[in-house]
Amino acid sequence: MAKEENLMIDEQDKPLSLVMFSGTDDKLTAAAVLAVGAATMGRPVNLFLQYYALDAFRAGKVNADHALSPEATAAQAPVIRGHKGQHWSDLLRQAKEVGEVNIQACALSMDMFGIGREDLDPIVDGIEGVAAFIASASDGQVVFI
Amino acid sequence: MSITIAKSLDLKGLSCPLPIIKTAKAMKELAPGQLLEAFATDPGSVSDFKAWAQTTRNPLVESSQDGGVFHFVLKKKEI
Repeated sequence: MAKEENLMIDEQDKPLSLVMFSGTDDKLTAAAVLAVGAATMGRPVNLFLQYYALDAFRAGKVNADHALSPEATAAQAPVIRGHKGQHWSDLLRQAKEVGEVNIQACALSMDMFGIGREDLDPIVDGIEGVAAFIASASDGQVVFI
Repeated sequence: MSITIAKSLDLKGLSCPLPIIKTAKAMKELAPGQLLEAFATDPGSVSDFKAWAQTTRNPLVESSQDGGVFHFVLKKKEI
């Protein structure tokens, strides 16, 4: 027990860094839940938006339908859609209110899709490259979604 | 000794992660030593409140259940 508590204390201040790659609403939600959970517990959170996830953060597109992952069955889809939880963008907004959350767009993905800073939702804090992301992840965990 | 609750949250019907988000927000508003109580129906909230309290070092002074409703009391940590 003492060992477990020490481990938790040691891990507490380390950042949790999520590479958000998938752009479907279910995976964006799963990532947002991890982000907001860590933020409420005082962990700094870094989000690095790549590929399809970045596309979902375009201004005016955040609340659009981003479909579900291929593994969602026809029976599961309406259950997921009908769940009364909050939208992933609202979870991320609250994560920023309650904790320290830094949302960065991947420079490569921006260039690939021809997305400019002004095309992104204001929830995105900036644009960075992989080295900056890895530096901010420091010795904390990195999760790829 | 009487226990004074500074803030009470009704989190019944909310599912993860909303109970913890609302609790974390409300705890920010409390002064050190003040108590917050919360009522929740999310079955995950029992382990969530315990883990949240331990990690953030705000003591969980009560965790009980009445029917399908969980009752928690958290004490804002002294700085």
